[in-house]
Parts: sequence; C-alpha cells; structure tokens
Amino acid sequence: MKDFKQLALGTAVALGVGLTGLMTPAAQAQDSNYVPLLTYRTGPYAGSGIHIANGMHDYLKMLNERDGGIGGVRLELEECETGYNAQKGVECYEATKGKGALVYNPYSTGITLQLIPKAGVDKIPVLSMGYGLSAAADGNVFPWVFNVPDTYWDGASVVIKYIGEQEGGLENLKGKKIGYLFLDAGYGREPIPLLEQLAEKYGFELLQYPVPGAEMQNQSSQWLNVRRDRPDYMVMWGWGAMNPTAVKEAVKIRFPMDKFIGVWWSAGDDDAAAGGEGAKGYKAMNFSGVGSDFPALADIQKHVIDPGLSSTDADTIGGTLYNRGVLNSVIIAEGIRTAQELTGKKVITGEDMRMGLEALNLDEARLEELGLKGFAHPMKVTCEDHAGSHPVFIQQWDGKKWQQASNWIEPMTDIVRPLLEAAAKDYAEKNAPWPARTEPCPN
Amino acid sequence: MLYDIFIDPFVQMYDMPDFFLQVLWEGFVAGILYALIALGFVLIFKASGVFNFAQGIMVVFAGLTLVGLHENGVPAYLALILTIGVMAVLAYGVERIVMRPLVNQPEIILLMATIGLTYFLVGFGEFVFGGEPKQMITEELGLPTGSTAFEIGERGLIILQHIDIAAAVIAVVMVIALAIFFNKTRIGRALRAVADDHQAALSVGISLNQIWAIVWFAAGLVALATGIMWGARSDVSFALEIVAFKALPVLILGGFTSIPGAIVGGLIIGFGEKIGELYWGGLVGGGVESWLAYIIALIFLLFRPQGLFGERIIERI
Repeated sequence: MKDFKQLALGTAVALGVGLTGLMTPAAQAQDSNYVPLLTYRTGPYAGSGIHIANGMHDYLKMLNERDGGIGGVRLELEECETGYNAQKGVECYEATKGKGALVYNPYSTGITLQLIPKAGVDKIPVLSMGYGLSAAADGNVFPWVFNVPDTYWDGASVVIKYIGEQEGGLENLKGKKIGYLFLDAGYGREPIPLLEQLAEKYGFELLQYPVPGAEMQNQSSQWLNVRRDRPDYMVMWGWGAMNPTAVKEAVKIRFPMDKFIGVWWSAGDDDAAAGGEGAKGYKAMNFSGVGSDFPALADIQKHVIDPGLSSTDADTIGGTLYNRGVLNSVIIAEGIRTAQELTGKKVITGEDMRMGLEALNLDEARLEELGLKGFAHPMKVTCEDHAGSHPVFIQQWDGKKWQQASNWIEPMTDIVRPLLEAAAKDYAEKNAPWPARTEPCPN
Repeated sequence: MLYDIFIDPFVQMYDMPDFFLQVLWEGFVAGILYALIALGFVLIFKASGVFNFAQGIMVVFAGLTLVGLHENGVPAYLALILTIGVMAVLAYGVERIVMRPLVNQPEIILLMATIGLTYFLVGFGEFVFGGEPKQMITEELGLPTGSTAFEIGERGLIILQHIDIAAAVIAVVMVIALAIFFNKTRIGRALRAVADDHQAALSVGISLNQIWAIVWFAAGLVALATGIMWGARSDVSFALEIVAFKALPVLILGGFTSIPGAIVGGLIIGFGEKIGELYWGGLVGGGVESWLAYIIALIFLLFRPQGLFGERIIERI
C-alpha cells in the first residue's frame, strides 16, 4: 500500500512537471521574447562571472521595468547556471532552447565551441561578445555566430600594436621578449596562432606560460619562470581566480606592472585590487565603458537596483565586468529591436534574431539615444564580418580604480582578417560536411 | 636533447645560484602548504579509515567564514574565535548527522557521505557568503605582509615573502602541537586505539563518537590554518577546493595514516614539482607540475607501496 502511494505521488509530480514544461513555451511564445542567460555565479570562475551576469540581467530587466520591454513586448529572462563548465552549458542549452530562445551568450569559449555546430541546426544564434572562436567572425562560414565587437585575434593584435607604440614602433619589437600567461584551456590557447604569426613578422620572442585550471591559485612556478626569463612585457589571457593570483604573483616578483597587460577579461576591478598598492600601473584592454556616469546606468539604479529587483551590490555598478555585461545586453536588445523592425513582428524567433544581429548598427547617435554616449566604440555588423574588428583601448589601474590610458586602438585588420578567413575555411573542412550559407543577408 | 635533459638544468642551477635558492624556497613553502592540507586528510583517515573528500571544501568554508564574519563588522580576532566555534559545530554536526548513523557501514559508504558533505558545504557556503572571491584579512589578523630581498653577488636576488615565512612557522607549530596531542594526551592515545581497531577500542570503553567529533574538529582547525595561508597568497574562493586536492600525491607518498609522512611527503612534492617545472618543464612546453606530483608519488610507490611512513599491512591467509 505504501509503495502504491509513493508510486502515485511520484507519477503525479512527474506529470505536473511535464505538463508545466510543455505549457511554458506556448505561454512565452505568445506575449514575450524569451532570452536565456547562461551565467555562472558559483564555482572557481564566479568572481568574474557574477559581475557579468549582474550587468546582463540588470540592463534587460531595466528595459522591462522602464519601457515595458522592447517594442512593447516584455523580455522573459531566465538564468541557467553553467559553472563555466562546457557540459553544464550544453545541458542549459538543451533545457532552454525549446522555450523559444532568441540567442545564447555562453560566456565561455568551451561552451561556445560546443554550441557553434548546434546553432545552425536549431536556428538560434550564438552571441559570443569578444570571446569564443575567432574564425567565427567570418559570417559567410558562420552565419549563426556573432563575436562583435572583437575577436581574440583582434585583441592579440591590439596588445602587440600597443607594446610596439610603447617601444617607439613595431619595428623596435625585434629582439624583445613578450611573455604570454594564459589559462590552459580553449580560451587561453585561442590567440596563440596569431601571436606566433606576429612574433615571426616582428621578430620578438614569444614565451608561453600556461596555467592549468587546477593551478589557477598556485602560480608560483609560472612566475618564477617569468623572473628567470625576464620578458620585456607580459600579456595575460586569464579568467576567474587566475587573474587576481597572477596580479599578486607579478607584484611578488617585482615585475614592472606598467608592462603587464591583460586581455579585456582580465580587467576586473577585483582582479587588480587583489594586488594592493603594488598593483598600481597594471594595464588591461577594454572595449566597454569605465565608471557609472551614464544615464542608462542611472536608470538601472532607479528601476532595478533601488526597488530590489537585482542581486547587484550598488557599489559594483560601473565596474569593468559589470559594464561588460551591460554592453552584452545592449547588443541583445538592439538585435531584438532591429529584428522587430526588419520583420514587422513584435514577438520574434531565433531566425529573426539572427537577421537582427547581422544588421546591427550601433552608431554614436544610437548610443547617445540609449543613454550610453561614450560607453563603447560605435559598432556595426555585416553579413561578411560578424566581429567588425572594432577599436579597443588600454586602461590602467591607479591603485583604486581603472583609468583610460590610451586612445582607441584599431586592430591589425590587414593581418587578422586573412588569417580569420583561412581559419574559418579550415574549420569548415575539418567539420565537413559544413553547411554552405543559405541564409539571406538583411543588409 | 640529451644535453637539455641531463646537463643543461644543472648548468642553470650553477650559473644562477640565487634563482636556484629561490626555487628551493618556493618549493619549501609549497611543500609546507601541501603538508598542511594533507594533515587534515590524515587526521580523519587515522580515526575512521575514510578519505575525507570534504577536506578541500572545509578549507574554503573555514576561510570564507572568517572573512565573511569580518566583512560583517566582527573584529578580526573575534571572527577567528567564532570561526573556530563554527568548525566545532560543524565537527559535532558531521559526527551526529553523517558519521554516527553510518557506523559499521563499508568504507565506500563513508566516502560517499563525505562527497555528499562536500556538495552540502559548497551550496551552503555559496548561499551564505556568495560566490565571489574574498580577500584574506591578513593584516587584521596580525600576519606579516611584504617581503625581504637578499642580494647575492652582483645580480643575485632572493625574495622572501613574510607571509610564506609565517606559513612555515605556523605549519611547524601545528605539527608539533598535533604530535604532542596524539602521543601525550589521553584523547590522543584513545584516537590511536580507534585507528588501530574500532571494535577493540569500543570494548575498552573508548567513545567512538567523541573521538570522531574531536578528530573532525582538529581537521577543521587545520583547514582554517590552511585557508588563511592559501587565502593570503591568492584569494579565498571556491577555486581553493581544487588546490586542496594537491594533497593527494602527498598522501600517496607519505601514507594516509602518518603525520610525519604528510610533512615529508609535502616537502618532497613541493621541491620536486618546482624543480621539475622550472628546470625540465620547458622541454615539454611547461605546465607540468599538475601531473608531475603524481609521477613522483608513483615512483616512490614502486619501492614502498604503503607510502614512506604508511603502515605495512600483512594479512596472513
């Protein structure tokens, strides 16, 4: 009898869960645009992931509260915790794609690589903003993947260009040593082919220091190697707990911090602050606004933070990674708005969203209209170029906060673009039969 | 190639003696820290024969509790005392809720229970303290910061971090205290009796429950010390849980039941991985220390399967 009761109860619960699952997409499809957010607020990478997740959530939530959504249609937001784990990321994708997902932001190169082959099959675009597979910038080969405003190869070319400027010209890099400290994962290894090409072209020696994921907080060996090799500059592709540890270790071996430059994902406020007074001078690339002095961020404060609709600590608004999350959601929102204009529909599909992203044109006027004047460099996506290779600036830690330390620096597009196209072709051949593009170009 | 393997590393050691000394120092510090983590595992294994999978997360949990209390306005030393109290409550709770109901169950069941405890502490820790890394309150606790540099010759330089020196001193003090506790006190002798044979210990009136609670508390204190030291070197974050598993090769090497084994094993692994990474790692692209420690442990196992200080068990058929 007891077994029968348990069986009956279990069946009822299972049916309930199943019915809820079946009913949810229909309900969402009728009156809202569904945007799943793959985030990570737990685990070893939470230190970086939390700020990104907050920024992404808060901007879209603000649009709901202030404007009633986009084009009069509310956004249905749902976070799924990936823990920066590719397997969990794919599980999140599979669990949410049937709910009418418009776009995926994996926030992990590992997850992005898993989703790229699925995007075209499921007709849901992947937006890997400033990360993921660099070759995906080739829109003719990857019509469903967007990595605007820049690829890692763009970033790598900018950092070398900046170092060249510091040395009085790229020709002066000959004979120099540039160290590359990277998370030993798909993310950290991504820019190596380009860095090797640039090393050969400009005659500098590229010294590589991989940091295994399990050793993120145990980097003394890598930095002892740095001390012995005496590189002229250090470049870092770090994430999560790797960043603050690296900054501390650099301080510990007395490496000149103004010659230590991180990628835009190593530009968190906590990353630099961990090094204390000694971290003063540490630099990082950036493509999103510094500080909170923007009307859109004030709206987030007013409509989302103050009413208690977010888990964001008020003092983290305006932080580098928070603003990065905001910029990501600006691109999502503008993609939706553009798709609505192109299709005349209010509730759109993933296919519509793909067109919206492909026709994205975030110019200065539009940024000002959004309350984000100067928050990012104007950016434009074309059918051929899904990254756009937009300019990047260098920021520097003054001991308390980041300060812009350079003008906008253009990536070496002439070098990067042919390599990207060759890499895209190579990817398609290795993953044959890779479908030829049939999607119409909205531009 | 042969030159790179057999000659060049030693030439480098000779040419840059200050750097070699720095490598040795870093190896020593790493070894001491690994030994501290391994101590926590050894304590529980000695008392219950269980590999405590939760030791890594206990390090994180202790560190987060300390920093979290301080962030909420509790003075540093009071926060330290309260954290010790929290670890005592945790030990009592583990004994009552996890260990006691599982007495006489196969060891694999107890291992699974500690895995469950790990997930509970991860979730509970994130629920209470959030997932963001926190900076250790090193100065507030009166621990030294900064560094001292010693110049050797014209260009030689050795940099000693004060926190690393403090870690070494604290580790030595903890080992001595634990050695005295196990060898000179009644409870320590009782624990050794439990470690030898649970049923025999029970038959002479030793309370298994009390011993387990004490051992889990001692492991909690070791976790707290480890959390403070590792946290001061980087941050207190959930990534530290992964670092804690660096103790595995130390345990393989030193034996799961030996406190001196944990220390000696930790030092061998610490020195071995640093020297290996710095002088031979470059031959295979670097990043070898994460697996080199296991290779070192396995080489030792070929000659002493029970570990350097482990008990040799001979079962007669």
